[in-house]
Amino acid sequence: MTIEARNIVKQFGAFRALDDVDLRVEGGELVALLGPSGSGKTTLLRIIAGLDWPDAGEVLFNGESALERGAGERNVGFVFQHYALFRHMSVFENVAFGLRVQPRRLRRSEADIRKRVNDLLDLVQIDWLANRYPGQLSGGQRQRVALARALAIEPRILLLDEPFGALDAKVRKELRRWLRSLHDDIHVTSLFVTHDQEEALEVADRIVVMDKGKIEQIGTPEDVYDNPATAFVHGFIGESIMLPVEVGGGQVRFGPKVLDLESGGAASGPSRLFVRRHDMVLGPAGNGTLEGAVKRVRAFGPILRADVALPGGDGETMIEVDAPRDRALKPGDIVGLKPRRYRIFAAQA
Amino acid sequence: MTGGQLEQRNVLPGFGLTMGLTLTWLSIIVLIPLAALFLKTSELSLTEFFGIIGSRRTLSALKLSFGLALAAAVINFIMGMIVVWALVRYDFPLRRLFDAIVDLPFALPTAVAGVALTALFAEKGWLGAPLAAIGIKVAFTPLGIFVAMIFIGIPFVVRTVEPVLADLEIEIEEAAVSLGATRWHVITKVIVPSLMPAMLTGFALAFARAVGEYGSVIFIAGNLPNVSEIAPLLIVIRLSEFRYADAAAIAVVMLVVSFLIIFAINRIQRWSLTRAMSR
Amino acid sequence: MSLATQPRALPPTLRAMADARTEPAAVRVLIIGLAVTFLTVFIFLPLLVVFSGALARGIGVYLAALAEPEAQSAIRLTVLVAAISVGINLVFGVIAAWAIAKFEFHGKTLLITLIDLPFSVSPVISGLIFVLLFGAQGVLGPWLMGHDVQIIFAVPGIALATTFVTFPFVARELIPLMQEQGTQEEEAALSLGASGLRTFFRVTLPNIKWGVLYGVLLCNARAMGEFGAVSVVSGHIRGETNTMPLLVEILYNEYQFVASFAVASLLALLALVTLVLKTALEGHLQGSRDHDH
Repeated sequence: MTIEARNIVKQFGAFRALDDVDLRVEGGELVALLGPSGSGKTTLLRIIAGLDWPDAGEVLFNGESALERGAGERNVGFVFQHYALFRHMSVFENVAFGLRVQPRRLRRSEADIRKRVNDLLDLVQIDWLANRYPGQLSGGQRQRVALARALAIEPRILLLDEPFGALDAKVRKELRRWLRSLHDDIHVTSLFVTHDQEEALEVADRIVVMDKGKIEQIGTPEDVYDNPATAFVHGFIGESIMLPVEVGGGQVRFGPKVLDLESGGAASGPSRLFVRRHDMVLGPAGNGTLEGAVKRVRAFGPILRADVALPGGDGETMIEVDAPRDRALKPGDIVGLKPRRYRIFAAQA
Repeated sequence: MTGGQLEQRNVLPGFGLTMGLTLTWLSIIVLIPLAALFLKTSELSLTEFFGIIGSRRTLSALKLSFGLALAAAVINFIMGMIVVWALVRYDFPLRRLFDAIVDLPFALPTAVAGVALTALFAEKGWLGAPLAAIGIKVAFTPLGIFVAMIFIGIPFVVRTVEPVLADLEIEIEEAAVSLGATRWHVITKVIVPSLMPAMLTGFALAFARAVGEYGSVIFIAGNLPNVSEIAPLLIVIRLSEFRYADAAAIAVVMLVVSFLIIFAINRIQRWSLTRAMSR
Repeated sequence: MSLATQPRALPPTLRAMADARTEPAAVRVLIIGLAVTFLTVFIFLPLLVVFSGALARGIGVYLAALAEPEAQSAIRLTVLVAAISVGINLVFGVIAAWAIAKFEFHGKTLLITLIDLPFSVSPVISGLIFVLLFGAQGVLGPWLMGHDVQIIFAVPGIALATTFVTFPFVARELIPLMQEQGTQEEEAALSLGASGLRTFFRVTLPNIKWGVLYGVLLCNARAMGEFGAVSVVSGHIRGETNTMPLLVEILYNEYQFVASFAVASLLALLALVTLVLKTALEGHLQGSRDHDH
């Protein structure tokens, strides 16, 4: 089942939650919607689920318009951030709910329902909790119930809103590996919302990076990490060093200093230079594109991390760079810095 | 917190003094007077006791009080849910005023409620007149008692269910919808079961209150023996006849039933708690 | 997110939007209509009847009815009885809440249940028990008669019955509030060298003042309005043991409707003022709960 969203616009009062969003998810894919809070990712997910409606635009499932249908007719499994389990029902009844509320002519027999629910509880590895109530479960267990409940209706699409957001760090890590392997087994087209880049990079086939109601980039995890399409993506994913620079006449200037860098087609005017921290090579003074004084040095396992003050522009710019552990760095040293790889984007208006 | 033994690790002063005063006051104001009731009743032999309770007039009064209280509680259970639904889920003109006024039966002295309802439903009253025109007589009939019992029970269901419905996450409903539930299923299978413990508590509270109600009922009741005479009124009548033991016997029956209701409420609440919390 | 009566206008092609998350417009209108009608018939109209009855023959007659010596003495007695009951229950409520909320002990639940007991006792029975205890045929009756002490059919009986009926109000308001606030602030004050009483007045009391006021407000409303229990113990001696609610009854039974409704209107005003103050206090009370978290 493919999902297509075309020119989706959604306005909440004066706030434009989604601004002309286009997205296509292929059948069987596991795609992450990644962005900071307020970027519109959850709104987009809810529109696809039929829990919200766009002001303009289209949603197509396998080329068919989905907007004509209510949430209950879209056959979409939705896992809520806080699970939204039915507290007065046992785990078993929670999972069985979607099967029991089907119109009579489609409803399975009681025996079929029992079998399906038990199979699902097996699949999510909580068969031993069938008779408990949600209040008696841990966060990770609730998450599995929510997933089993969503899968019970044999959804054509699985949507997950911050599926690991409410869990503590250790359980979160364990559960996302498990979700990845579960998806490899059942292969239902899945879209999940997260604000955690690590989660998106580890779990998803493709990542959709969103900011302020717009899609910034769509690509594989490697793609968005190695070739960020916009300044926002570069800043949001991975750790980057950012310097305000000026592009003009094919030259890149940092303050008064002309840098030995290609402007890479960036338009003239104020711009921003992005370098991954591990791509900023630290060398002796006089031997780099940039030069600065070490202010502070900390050991981080196998590497050293140094704060370097770069003179330029108005006053100093402080950046954080990595250096091999065996380098004898101390505060006051003057060092040269050379970006191995970098990107230059026009500064936003 | 501290399992088995009494652990007096508290550094705050005054436990002995305040506990002593509490128990003393409780005994003087509540426990000893209540004990007097049982003491008085114990002067009766079992035959005498059942003779009093089993008399036609007493039985009619008890049946009337309990029966109409139950019926009024059922009405409050249903109408209370409708009121809660409208107040929590919809917006309409004067909503906040209607919300605030729900508490009036708590605050309005029962005698005032009694004369007001009587005037309203009397044959020449604002509502009594049109009702009389279609042949329904409310004041001075059992129907009047029923009306008064509804009045005093209104806040119980509304105020116990209202916060629960307001706190029910909208996501629960969305989850049900996305699983294919119709609105009917969402209401009957998800929302109502979630509210049920609160609804039952409100129902029991309204019932308990209506059983013992006196002030707002006696004005509108008509007070005909065997027809529209409620049990609390019969107690007052027996007292005025100086038949103290009779009054005490009827009171004991009412009190025991009230305690059973309170016990049931506690069970409902504990039951819903164990389901909602970890073991 | 509150669901408004009318959801936003839907684009006609998106009828699916009117989905299973709210009721059809007709059902919404029906439910609102039922709720409004029910509350109007059972609450608004009775309230209106009281004021309309009181002013039926003009403001002059109304004021004259309230100026009657009988009415004046009923008002005085009501205020006196309420002052006694509220005073006793205020002191008891604070003391009981201190013992129950700040300490751990066995039987706490039972104790709270016993304090709540008067709420589940019929008003008539609340009066009856004092008659059985202190009345002429009562347990202590002969002894009291011998010593010429009159409790039943006199002010002490009315005050006792009223105190019984309003017994739980202050305590049940303060116990949960003080439990939520814990003991840390008191412990801090004690560790800084404050005495127990000083700690109570300087630390505990400011934290619970809104709860105290709330309890006193409800206690007072019930004390002034109590009818059943007082009716049983009062003896209805005109000008002596009639409280305002009892006078409403007597005047009503004598067909002095304007006078009856005039006194009733004062009690109805008391109820309305109580509701307004209660709403105002609930805001503060929420504040003193959140303050700690």
